[in-house]
Amino acid sequence: MTEILGVPTQALFGQLLIGLINGSFYAMLSLGLAVIFGLLNIINFTHGAQYMMGAFAAWFLLNKAGIGYWWSLLIAPLAVGLTGVVVERTMLARLYKLDHLYGLLLTFGLALVIQGVFRNEFGASGLPYRIPEELTGGYNLGFMFLPKYRAWVIVASVVVCLATWYVIERTKLGAYLRAATENPALVQSFGVNVPRMITLTYGFGVGLAALAGVMAAPIYQVNPLMGADLIIVVFAVVVIGGMGSIMGSIVTGFLLGIVEGLTKVFYPEASNTVIFVIMVIVLILRPAGLFGRER
Amino acid sequence: MAVLFAVAPWVGLYPVFVMKVLCFALFACAFNLLIGFGGLLSFGHAMFLGTAGYVSAHAAKEWGLPPELAILAGTAASAALGVVTGLIAIRRQGIYFAMITLAIAQMMFFFYLQAPFTHGEDGIQAVPRGRLFGVLDLSQPMAMYYTVLAIFLFGFLVVYRAIHSPFGQVLKAIRENEPRAISLGYDAERYKLLAFVLSATLSGLAGATKALVFQLASLTDVHWTMSGEVVLMVLLGGMGTIFGPVVGALVIITLENYLAPFGQWVTIITGLIFVVCVLAFRRGIVGEFAAWMERRRARPGG
Amino acid sequence: MKTFKRSLMAAATAGVLAAGSANAQISDGVIKIGVLSDMSSLYTDLAGVGSVLAARLAVEDFGAAKKGMKVEILSADHQNKPDVGSSVARQWYDVDKVDVIVDTPNSGVALAVNQITKDKGKAFLVSGAASSDLTGKACSPNTIHWTYDTWMLANGTGSAIVKTGGDSWFFLTADYAFGHALERDTEAVVLKGGGKVLGKVRHPLNTQDFSSFLLQAQASKAKIVGLANAGGDTTNSIKQAAEFGIVKGGQNLAGLLVFITDVHALGLPTAQGLIFTETFYWDMNDQTRAFARRFAASNKGIHPTMIHAGVYSSVLHYLKAVEATKGDDGTKVIAQMKKTPTDDPLFGKGSIRADGRKIHPAYLVEVKKPSESKAPWDYHKIRATIPAEQAFRPLADGGCPLVK
Repeated sequence: MTEILGVPTQALFGQLLIGLINGSFYAMLSLGLAVIFGLLNIINFTHGAQYMMGAFAAWFLLNKAGIGYWWSLLIAPLAVGLTGVVVERTMLARLYKLDHLYGLLLTFGLALVIQGVFRNEFGASGLPYRIPEELTGGYNLGFMFLPKYRAWVIVASVVVCLATWYVIERTKLGAYLRAATENPALVQSFGVNVPRMITLTYGFGVGLAALAGVMAAPIYQVNPLMGADLIIVVFAVVVIGGMGSIMGSIVTGFLLGIVEGLTKVFYPEASNTVIFVIMVIVLILRPAGLFGRER
Repeated sequence: MAVLFAVAPWVGLYPVFVMKVLCFALFACAFNLLIGFGGLLSFGHAMFLGTAGYVSAHAAKEWGLPPELAILAGTAASAALGVVTGLIAIRRQGIYFAMITLAIAQMMFFFYLQAPFTHGEDGIQAVPRGRLFGVLDLSQPMAMYYTVLAIFLFGFLVVYRAIHSPFGQVLKAIRENEPRAISLGYDAERYKLLAFVLSATLSGLAGATKALVFQLASLTDVHWTMSGEVVLMVLLGGMGTIFGPVVGALVIITLENYLAPFGQWVTIITGLIFVVCVLAFRRGIVGEFAAWMERRRARPGG
Repeated sequence: MKTFKRSLMAAATAGVLAAGSANAQISDGVIKIGVLSDMSSLYTDLAGVGSVLAARLAVEDFGAAKKGMKVEILSADHQNKPDVGSSVARQWYDVDKVDVIVDTPNSGVALAVNQITKDKGKAFLVSGAASSDLTGKACSPNTIHWTYDTWMLANGTGSAIVKTGGDSWFFLTADYAFGHALERDTEAVVLKGGGKVLGKVRHPLNTQDFSSFLLQAQASKAKIVGLANAGGDTTNSIKQAAEFGIVKGGQNLAGLLVFITDVHALGLPTAQGLIFTETFYWDMNDQTRAFARRFAASNKGIHPTMIHAGVYSSVLHYLKAVEATKGDDGTKVIAQMKKTPTDDPLFGKGSIRADGRKIHPAYLVEVKKPSESKAPWDYHKIRATIPAEQAFRPLADGGCPLVK
């Protein structure tokens, strides 16, 4: 068997694949953040909590309403997205004229409240959520055992990410969105309802987080704090990719998943910090991020 | 205020509690210097509090340094970390700045979690308080108390002086309009870096003192929730006011103390205060009070 | 201000009670038990409010009211932060006149409270914390470590598994002091028993994704994958091990710190086959079952963990000692507790050593298959019993200064 740095190449393939799966979650979450940031200029600190709400929504649908995984993929993001719309209308909308930092502080406070309430209600040990029947088991790829569910996560997230990118960069709706980012007043004068567009964008970004949450539910424990630390990593991903760049956040998400996966093999002690280290290096070499433009 | 704190233990206030308030008040004042006067929101200030705590605890316990040197060592370590972090973070502004400081702080958190000298989750325990300058026995509660009070007042005066110096004026000018300040010939980056390092150093002083008071240095002080907490103290007390951070620290620490039996509610209430402050109370307690006084004065015949 | 008022009030009541009470030995006439626990995070379900309930049941069963003893229970959340825990403890002792602190899951907090309790001459009954340092180099004449500790977990799980054929191990270790200690202790036991360690990997604390580490464990072909981690890390690694077919592939998972509430959270389909050690299981005899029923009825159906049982048992024994010494002086009561053998419905007969270690048997349990489980919370089958005298670290090995 050939080896790279003492690790068999076959095992390495396995690890790359695993990294890609983690990357899927980073990509979906950082994509949502990037979309929200692009239009609202707000860093959504609640993103982690909304990801968690997505997972809980799936759990609720299954245990209280008997609705399974596949419908949850649709319903949970819509429901959580709706709560996002409410948050935007009642709170965030009041802050647009102020320093952007207030948006960060507000969403930070909201995240604490949401996580606190869920923890009160459901404890901290987490709730079980089974992998849907159709996706149990796995493929023996020779070099590793790939659970079907993980394969599905990669495929689904790539599709979702590319679809979002397509809508924003290649359709008329996306053109309005991008124009509104640059000059809201002008777009408004063309008869586009900009405030509503902003609301829906926020709802969409939140929905993306919830979708990631539903997809995470069967792999990770459905836990009130599942998004609390993750969000900081995703922040770093967004900084590395360059904020506001849609494609940038997707590519960086997958890429960093792989880098992190490799770290787990060669130097597991650093696997928690590697993304932050990369962030520092990128900032020194390219302050605007890998795909960002200087504004 | 100095008098108020000086007599506090004699009217029945629990000294350990007041010392905790003082440490956090100093931390909040240091933070306020950055956000209130420099307009820079750091979301990773816990790393300075915690680094100094760890270094001074280690110095006092393992190297057997006297308390004054232990505090000095901790403060110096935070200052050094402040220089490095500042050089990286100052490159970006606003939200980017907040996220970068947060990410670096998280990196430090994992470093301290794994480094053997911090004893991971257990923290550095049973840190000796020792004798200040070889004479004053700090294990006496009152001796410790007045030492902490002196340290706090020193830090507070440094912040006060910095704000009212030409340096503070330039800093404010940069916050209001950076391009203009630059065109006037000020090196904005250098001023911001200086403010950042000063803030980090004073936060370190607070952390080092806290470690001696509680005889403990733990992960709590480097976790991101601590960074959030100091933001909250300053926001609640009043950003950019002199006494705001002290009031904010007092309120938050009292609240936490009072809510300890209802632990699960602490995060929820903290979060709610954040939301309310941002939506309706942006000037904070001291800021709103000052505005109210202003209105009263402005009213004819008032 | 609040503290001030409270201390005034405390002083006032103390004065009244001292004047009226014949039992002048008990300071301020009331025995105050402070349950210091995690009420909001990782250990809420396995200790938390359940521990307060367990303490209350112990006070009831002791019959304090009938005997004319006033017992009050306070509780607080230490949020798993040593600094929060130590300031609560200080304040409890200094201002609120608390006599004994119980439970305290999280070793960091427990070690801090251990020190403060010693300085103030009070009493500390640890049920929730794991660190065997509490009866080792940090041992104190004011502390009793009740339910379990890291040495016992490592020894119980390690040696029993090696004996039943699990002689090759791979460790999945949380990369911080606690994980390292568990791994080190277990590895020593495994090697001593003639087993071998094929590899180990250190994962950062609070890892979400274990797949990479599990692949490494799978590739090692070790019979046993030892999980030297706790809380969410353990449940996540077990859940993902099921996904990657680790157990189906013939490898067994050995949890080094697992509680019945974790099994409950995972569900039997995922947790089945997991082996770990505990000192109490609710379904052992009529007495434990009766206790579990009472407990679950007032605790949202959650059955008692060994930590809850330990809180109950330690408070009961403490009250007996207070009755015997007719006083609540911490050091004296603890000495009395060590002198008298223990006897309660949950742990049976036992004793407390000079280093503060409570001694009782430990049980190696395996999580049942879903088909074997007959009722809710019917989760464990007992694979082996480790007798009391072998379950814990020998007195001489701990390095406790109290032991000459």
